[in-house]
Amino acid sequence: MELFTNQVLAGIATGAIYACMALAVVMIYQAIDHLNFAQGEMAMFSTFISWQLMQWGVPYWGAFIIALVLSFVGGIAIERILFKPLAKAPILTNVAGFIALYAIINSSAGLIWDFTIKQYPTPFGSSPFLGSQLISTHQAGMIGVTVLLLIALYFFFQYTRIGLAMRAAASVPESARLVGINTSWMIALGWGMASAIGAIAGMLIAPVVFLEPNMMGGVLIYGFAAAVLGGLTSPFGAVVGGFLVGIFENLAGTYIPGVGNELKLPIALALIISVLVVKPAGLFGRHIVKRV
Amino acid sequence: MSAAEDVVTEAPAVEAVPKRAMTLGTGTSLLVLLLLIAVPLFAKNFVIFQLTQLLYLGLAVLALNILTGGSGQFSLGQSAFYGIGAYVTAVMMEQFNVPYFLCLPAAAVVCFGAGFLFGQPALRLSGVYLALATFALATAMPQLLKLNFLEHWTGGVQGLVVTKPDAPFGLPMSQDMWLYYFTLVVVLAIYIFSVNLLRSRSGRAFMAIRDNEIAASAMGINVALYKTLAFGVSAAVTGVAGGLSAIAVQFVAPDSFTITLAIQLFLGMVVGGVGWLPGSIVGAAFIIFVPNIAEGISKGLSGAVFGVLLFAVIYLVPHGARQVAILGQQLAGRLRKN
Repeated sequence: MELFTNQVLAGIATGAIYACMALAVVMIYQAIDHLNFAQGEMAMFSTFISWQLMQWGVPYWGAFIIALVLSFVGGIAIERILFKPLAKAPILTNVAGFIALYAIINSSAGLIWDFTIKQYPTPFGSSPFLGSQLISTHQAGMIGVTVLLLIALYFFFQYTRIGLAMRAAASVPESARLVGINTSWMIALGWGMASAIGAIAGMLIAPVVFLEPNMMGGVLIYGFAAAVLGGLTSPFGAVVGGFLVGIFENLAGTYIPGVGNELKLPIALALIISVLVVKPAGLFGRHIVKRV
Repeated sequence: MSAAEDVVTEAPAVEAVPKRAMTLGTGTSLLVLLLLIAVPLFAKNFVIFQLTQLLYLGLAVLALNILTGGSGQFSLGQSAFYGIGAYVTAVMMEQFNVPYFLCLPAAAVVCFGAGFLFGQPALRLSGVYLALATFALATAMPQLLKLNFLEHWTGGVQGLVVTKPDAPFGLPMSQDMWLYYFTLVVVLAIYIFSVNLLRSRSGRAFMAIRDNEIAASAMGINVALYKTLAFGVSAAVTGVAGGLSAIAVQFVAPDSFTITLAIQLFLGMVVGGVGWLPGSIVGAAFIIFVPNIAEGISKGLSGAVFGVLLFAVIYLVPHGARQVAILGQQLAGRLRKN
């Protein structure tokens, strides 16, 4: 039993990473209706910017805030410059655009900061949390930040005019336009917010996985999986999905014989698919009714 | 899905062109075919190898095109079927000494089964959810191929070396050239089969499902059957492409069939034009040659250059090579009128 509790705790700790990333994925899905494959690379780039600032002597929180603002502006810029012209193109062409963006960001980061692994500081310290060896204060801090972020997003979408406008633009663009909402800018805003949330995720993950241009590869896959599991229309679902995926993955690695690190991912994905077969819109997703 | 919009917006453009202009399309196809037959006679072995690669990757893109362009199901798992096809061929050739031309139909049958079975759970999913499911398949495949109890046949992590077949009947041809023509014949046969498939009753059922599933089922189409059938056919064709690749590369290893391959095939389909089968070869050319060009422009930034080139293509022609073909037809039609 103790092994089980420990593994669940460890799962929650890694789950926090996935939850963060899944939140960013859901944000952009709400705004543009598809998954952004370059999301992880954008987060990686933001993390590198904050690292560079710290190398130049800016204190942690200063670098954190500057990186956040730059990511927000950068996200909007990417949408305005690269993806607005593709608004009328088919969805699959847009997906190809995400892959192109992925290649560009990954390769540029490699050239600017090279591929060596870098240490990244944590603001929470890394001593054991409440005497438990499994969760460090950093991981506890990460869970805390994820939950805070979720609450902030909830209030933003439920109780502010602009949050309402964004929801309207995402669910019924035509009607939203008729009542005077600038839907095109709402999409840009969605990109900006997703990019900023991704930056937070990246800066929280970097102390755990270390900083390098490919750090987000695995994390993004789990983030997607978590978002899909929780339901792509629900930020709350994304966070729950993140923790569930983390726990799934750890338990599968511990209890199913012959599952090493290699098979962890396929097993986690297989479990998620079995859930999806039963609940096709994810655990907390809104079921969209299709019409002819 | 997007493919549905494509058809709605582009179908009139094709019809607006007078019947005579269709000869332009036929003429181009004949010219391409002639080039494909003639060029190897004057090329070095390495170029011939690259052309072979172009053909079998084109075939894999074509398979994805049948699935996505035809039935509207998105797949990131093509690399898995490609891998199964390659392994079936390699294992049969090396461990059981079956002649190579018999291995390909076997690969097709095995992959058809795998695709058909995988299509069953995929029935419940669509869009990004389906993308995730197929993605899971793609990430699992290299790991499954490495499994211990299969190692006796598959050679585990090390993979298998495949012997390249000689030209039969004492034909005065290099191995590469023989393999090229063999591949050409196989690919052409499957291409003709696919074009006819999409024109047949089953093909129309695929497209009806793609355009509107509910309407299709209301018209009496067995949605579940045709969706899984599309998966099966696509997997079978991908399997043959994988088998050809195993013979041409003379080597199979689990890590050749990762998600990267599936993403490349996807890019090939988009660049060639979703749902337009002749575009597959253009798409394959893009995924083979553009990374090399990018590497030539800048070694350190090759990924970024590739990304920029990809962006350039999708900005200029968001509908891929198909759009170029339609523009060409319209231009030719206008020239004739004047």
